[in-house]
Amino acid sequence: MKTRLTKFYAWIDERVELEDLVNFMGKKYVPVHRHSIWYYFGGVTLFLFLIQVVTGILLLLYYKSGEELAFESIQFIMSKVQFGWLIRSIHSWAANLFILTAVIHMFSVYFGKAYRKPREITWLTGMLMLFLGMGFGFSGYLLPWNELAFFATKVGTDIAGVLPFVGKPIMVFLRGGEEVTGATLSRFFGFHVAVFPGIFTVLLGIHLVLVQRQGMSEPLGMENPEEAERKTMPFFPNFLLRDLLLWLIVLNLLAILAVFFPWELGKKADPFAPAPAGILPEWYFLFMFQTLKLIPAKLLVVDGEVIGIMLFGIAGLLWMVIPFWDRKSSRGEQNRVVNYIGLFVVGYIILFTILGWVL
Amino acid sequence: MKHDAGGKVQKGKRDFLKYVLGGGLVAWAVSILYPLFAYLKPPKQAEVEVSSVKAGKLSAIEKDSGMIVRFGNKPVILVRSAGGELRAFSATCTHLDCTVQYRKDMGVIWCACHNGKYDLNGKNIAGPPPRPLDEYRVVVQREEVLISKKS
Repeated sequence: MKTRLTKFYAWIDERVELEDLVNFMGKKYVPVHRHSIWYYFGGVTLFLFLIQVVTGILLLLYYKSGEELAFESIQFIMSKVQFGWLIRSIHSWAANLFILTAVIHMFSVYFGKAYRKPREITWLTGMLMLFLGMGFGFSGYLLPWNELAFFATKVGTDIAGVLPFVGKPIMVFLRGGEEVTGATLSRFFGFHVAVFPGIFTVLLGIHLVLVQRQGMSEPLGMENPEEAERKTMPFFPNFLLRDLLLWLIVLNLLAILAVFFPWELGKKADPFAPAPAGILPEWYFLFMFQTLKLIPAKLLVVDGEVIGIMLFGIAGLLWMVIPFWDRKSSRGEQNRVVNYIGLFVVGYIILFTILGWVL
Repeated sequence: MKHDAGGKVQKGKRDFLKYVLGGGLVAWAVSILYPLFAYLKPPKQAEVEVSSVKAGKLSAIEKDSGMIVRFGNKPVILVRSAGGELRAFSATCTHLDCTVQYRKDMGVIWCACHNGKYDLNGKNIAGPPPRPLDEYRVVVQREEVLISKKS
């Protein structure tokens, strides 16, 4: 057995020269310090993405897109297909946990200033993947074609339409027409299963290659202590095995959630029914939703919603390009302003998410 | 001197080729991108132009109630006030496109999405809606309630 494996390895090595890669992996170390725990969230997010790919492909075997088919096909998956309920519930739960772990990962990178030179591209690709993840969530939410999804999509695409000049064409492009109809469902289905996964995979590839090549960032002020005092652990196998153990725990958690809290399907969408009372978007959009609810109808002469949406857009953009305006961190100096901004944003998101639930 | 003139001719030729090739490249890109973008833009569906719809018998519509009526491909809300008066408005909230409903307990037209409120004249009175609802004309002909667009 051993010799066969060795022979196989030699066969590959002779052709593609694996040696460099193996040497590189063997020399890779992960820093150990009191903030090391945050290193695991990227890996968990990756694992949840893989779960989404697998369960998504499985759902594709039975899902049908279309106004008259979508809701019914999910009903079929939930009630007739063996373990269909499990696959769909895992897909829905993993989607939510994905956003959660991605957001935790993002904030840990933010507060650790790990976006600073030389890791700007890693940060940018990560932020793009987070936005794409929200796009996945938003487009996937519509696919069951239920009441909540219908109105969430109406509101979400209308928000895009609020943008000056480009808004209206974008809205029509997203909806596949003036209104949310079966045409919208077809488009969202295409985005969800083809366009987004394609782009995401490319970004993920760049992100992971950079992480491997540049190694883990260390929080400012903790880097370069005396070489002798520096604690590290080998990436392979020590860190990887810990990663895998955590993945196993997350998989169990997913199974528990899916079994005890199966995802509901709700009522089929009816374009001629009023929006149901108590309608809420997905929790990760809740803070924006709540802000839009509280913003006054008119601020001076401009519609309040336009101001709100533009502010969120600008804030998101500034957040994404932080490596380019936080010069201090790149020089290795502490930048307290960035910390205060980060704390304000975390506080704002938590407060408005809670308000969104209770108000 | 001779050399300079030759250089000028050379440069003129080079510029000419640059413009031809550059222009060709742009034309080529446009010929590919234009059909792509045109394809992404959904075609205008021939909509059935609706001028009026029947909402049912007057006797079937309770006082102090509201209902959604299909007006072409748009929802319209027909409200009958406690006093028996009939009013119809576009049921599309002017804030972010949700469909509104009549709230008996508050006596207002209400949007569930962002808690917007309109009075029974369609005027936005609370919450985020920036404009009043568009009003439709309601006429009762021989017990039949008809809704039509206000011209």
